[in-house]
Amino acid sequence: MTVPSLTEPRQLDTDTPPVLAVRGLWKVFGPKADGVVGTTLSRKELKEQTGCVAAVRDVSFDVRRGEVFVVMGLSGSGKSTLVRCLTRLIEPTAGEIVLDGEDIRKADDRRLRELRRHRMAMVFQHFGLLPHRCVLDNVAFGLEIRGVPKQERYARAREVVDLVGLNGFENSYPDQLSGGMQQRVGLARALAADPEVLLFDEPFSALDPLIRREMQNEVIRLHHEVGKTMVFITHDLSEALKLGDRILIMRDGELVQVGTPDQVVGAPADDYVRDFVSDVPRSHVLTLRWIMRQPLMDESLDGPVLGPDVVIRDAVHTVLSADRPVRVIEGDDLLGVVTSAEILEVIAGGQER
Amino acid sequence: MTTVAVVAARLPARRYLLLAVLALWVLGWAVFEGRDTLGLGGAELTPLHTSLNEGMDAIDDSRNSNPFFLYFINYVRLFLDEAVTFVQALISQPSFGRPLPVLGWLGVVALATAIAWLWGNGKVALLTAAGLISFGVLGLWQESMDTLALTLTAVVLSLAVGIPLGVWAGLNDRFNRLVTPVLDFMQTMPTFVYLAPLTLFFLIGPASATVATMIYAIPPAIRITSHGIRQVSHDTLEAGASLGATGVQSLRHVRLPMAKQTIIVGVNQTIMAALSMATIAALIDAPGLGKTVLKALQTLDVGTAFNAGLAIVIMAVVLDRVTSAASRRVEADRRAGRLRGTRRRRLELAGAFGVVAVLGYLSYTYVWAADFPIQANLGSYVRQAADAGSLWVQDNLAAYTDALKNVLTNTLLNPFEKLLTASPWWLVLAVAVAVALLVGSVRAALVTAAGLLVLVLLGLWQDSMVTLASTLVATILVMVLGVVLGVWMGRSDRVDTVLRPVLDAGQTMPAFVYLVPILGLFGPTRFTAIIAAVVFAAPIAIKLVAEGIRRVSPTTVEAAISAGTGTWQLISKVQLPMARSGVTLAASQGLIYVLSMVVVGGLVGAGALGYDVVAGFSQHQLRGKGLAAGLAIVVLGIVLDRVMRAATQRADVAAHGGVTHK
Repeated sequence: MTVPSLTEPRQLDTDTPPVLAVRGLWKVFGPKADGVVGTTLSRKELKEQTGCVAAVRDVSFDVRRGEVFVVMGLSGSGKSTLVRCLTRLIEPTAGEIVLDGEDIRKADDRRLRELRRHRMAMVFQHFGLLPHRCVLDNVAFGLEIRGVPKQERYARAREVVDLVGLNGFENSYPDQLSGGMQQRVGLARALAADPEVLLFDEPFSALDPLIRREMQNEVIRLHHEVGKTMVFITHDLSEALKLGDRILIMRDGELVQVGTPDQVVGAPADDYVRDFVSDVPRSHVLTLRWIMRQPLMDESLDGPVLGPDVVIRDAVHTVLSADRPVRVIEGDDLLGVVTSAEILEVIAGGQER
Repeated sequence: MTTVAVVAARLPARRYLLLAVLALWVLGWAVFEGRDTLGLGGAELTPLHTSLNEGMDAIDDSRNSNPFFLYFINYVRLFLDEAVTFVQALISQPSFGRPLPVLGWLGVVALATAIAWLWGNGKVALLTAAGLISFGVLGLWQESMDTLALTLTAVVLSLAVGIPLGVWAGLNDRFNRLVTPVLDFMQTMPTFVYLAPLTLFFLIGPASATVATMIYAIPPAIRITSHGIRQVSHDTLEAGASLGATGVQSLRHVRLPMAKQTIIVGVNQTIMAALSMATIAALIDAPGLGKTVLKALQTLDVGTAFNAGLAIVIMAVVLDRVTSAASRRVEADRRAGRLRGTRRRRLELAGAFGVVAVLGYLSYTYVWAADFPIQANLGSYVRQAADAGSLWVQDNLAAYTDALKNVLTNTLLNPFEKLLTASPWWLVLAVAVAVALLVGSVRAALVTAAGLLVLVLLGLWQDSMVTLASTLVATILVMVLGVVLGVWMGRSDRVDTVLRPVLDAGQTMPAFVYLVPILGLFGPTRFTAIIAAVVFAAPIAIKLVAEGIRRVSPTTVEAAISAGTGTWQLISKVQLPMARSGVTLAASQGLIYVLSMVVVGGLVGAGALGYDVVAGFSQHQLRGKGLAAGLAIVVLGIVLDRVMRAATQRADVAAHGGVTHK
């Protein structure tokens, strides 16, 4: 499995309040769901004793403005339920979902529709396009629903169609397009409303691998161009590592770990996550920060300089061709040094720790 | 519970028990033959029948005094009568002080052809023109237009009621659950049965005919619309909701457009059902072709009946092809990416309606364009040819048809009928309950007991048993045909391509029409009714069996072939057992179809319940008995349906190793 190198880490704005804050979110399916909230029973015990399934259990996280926040888990881990709870396509059982200071769970139907029309938009695994409408009408659908006049919504739809690279296909119908193209329509439809938060529910799982990679790059490009906050659901670890600024790992409805890709790979929270990331080539994800060591007494400290956030793979050439230890410096501080020994250990250690 | 059922279904003991019950029955019949058989002569009445008669008279008398009639029923009747009369005035009957209808034949042909062209395609437009002109050529223009007027009125009203209800049922689970059993009942109830009670409320004539037609035609409209609304992909609906669509927006922009094609299929089914019922409604004096067929049947005039039957078939084919083409066009337009409201479309519309306006005006003004030219009337030749053909067949094939008739009558029908009618009623009841218990469930057995007791109370035990015998014999024949042809069709694509259109035609043809040629072949006997029922019910049974065979997983078949099974072994050991639930479904559907047709057979000498119902239409003092006979048919239908359903469920459970299907 290869993970393309991360571009320069994006500077995230960590001081301003989060765009989306989720606190103690629960979703329980089954009779008397309210009574189950707060339970500590395991999934199996819960099913046997109450007949309920807790798809999401006490999940809390913040999504910062402009970041790509990936929620990852295997099927049945509750990730799709989680993302649907965010726009209340599935009604949460308990908890808070705060979008820009407003608790979505307190919104009435009218307000909820307003939020869905203007603030959040979703891209679906199976596209959910309207087969009886051409591409342009599909893209303009959200605008039509909120009552934007025809001229204006077509103008906006054309802009977005250009943005996602669909020009020339405006008058095609969904079933005349390939899967990848259809998902571009889904993406354009979500972008058309110019929402603050884009939600992606496993958008590329139904596509074949080559198209999937192309679409992932498309999302990265769009993220650079429009800088939207994105919540991205996937079951594919390489996709998560490639796209995510931060990754939330779920298992059986519970949050297992939240962290940057290198944190998840370098410091797995438990055996579950460790097992999960064991196939990832560590040198593709970890940065020098993870392997540097304190300089020894007699080491010369005049070797080349690299930053702590440089991915190991990108540092290989510099370190191996230098005859002295490479210094890891952040600002003016010397954080540590890296030599070929550390590099080779990571690469030779390969897949397993 | 299901495991118990599985074990029970596989227990060979059940089969032996069933045989033992049948053996006991034969023994009991031999001992008690002729005792407690509850016979009742054709004109004999029980006190129940007399009081039913009196009740119906009372309803008759209250027509102009009871507020229910005064303020509701009578208005409905008036409205329906007016609606049909209005359409008749447009296309079939002299009206508005004119000697001819508003639109003459030229206008009607032009209008129908334009509609077929605009919403279907060029091919069906030609078919429409040819079909409509052939009505005139057969000398049945006015009758055909009467049938068309009744059918169209009923269809418009059925859709006006059915589509909104269907949408509601599609959106609302509770309403759907509520309406489904009602629709089941409306569809399984033999059409014949509710004609007489309807005339009680709406009198004889167009209003009753329209209501009867609507009862038959609304269920497919509701069902298919609801199905279309329901099958809209969840993903798309969710996408709509995530964009903030309101319920109404989601219905208008997502559900309805995506269900459009299915709804048009529903319209097609509604039209076909309406046409077949509009023909049968001739029994309560509905105007049109049905009346011509009925009169001819009563006088055994095969030629005339054939002529009118031909017109009905042509009308069925035209209506079916045009609506099917319209439904395909919706899909094709979408795929081809044709947008509505293009210039070309507007030109087409304007052009077509321009021509219609001109031809319509001609047919309004000139007699030659209004009244179908009599020189072109070839109906008499068709009648003569049909008569001659029928005679030839009777003269030359009589040996074969008589042989078939005698063999089946003597080996199957007579013994079975004897067994049912000459056994004491309590013995038959006990046997029936035991059989229901063995092949079905406890509930089915209870329904059977209750149903048969009702038959006793209705005073029509023996007639019911005669009808039951015919029904069961016909069902056995249907199943023989169904399994043989169904397996053949399911195994061979070539047979499928040849047979399928024939079966489709058999299903779209109104039931009445079958009687004519069969009457020619077998003469007016109960055997004719049985053969008509078999012809009516076989297509659905064959199709269901073929479907079941086709659904057997190809891997299993491949595995069996690779293990060296022969063709016959493959059929008997793999394909038929695996298609078991399809076969039982075919049997239960076949049975219901047969039952509704055996009653129609009352017209051609089938006797028993069918005759009682028909006699009730024509003789005043037999009305009560006719009503009771109608009820008896419904009861028989319910009992047979329940037992078959329980048996199907059991087969399903057995076939799926304990997984129950709802």
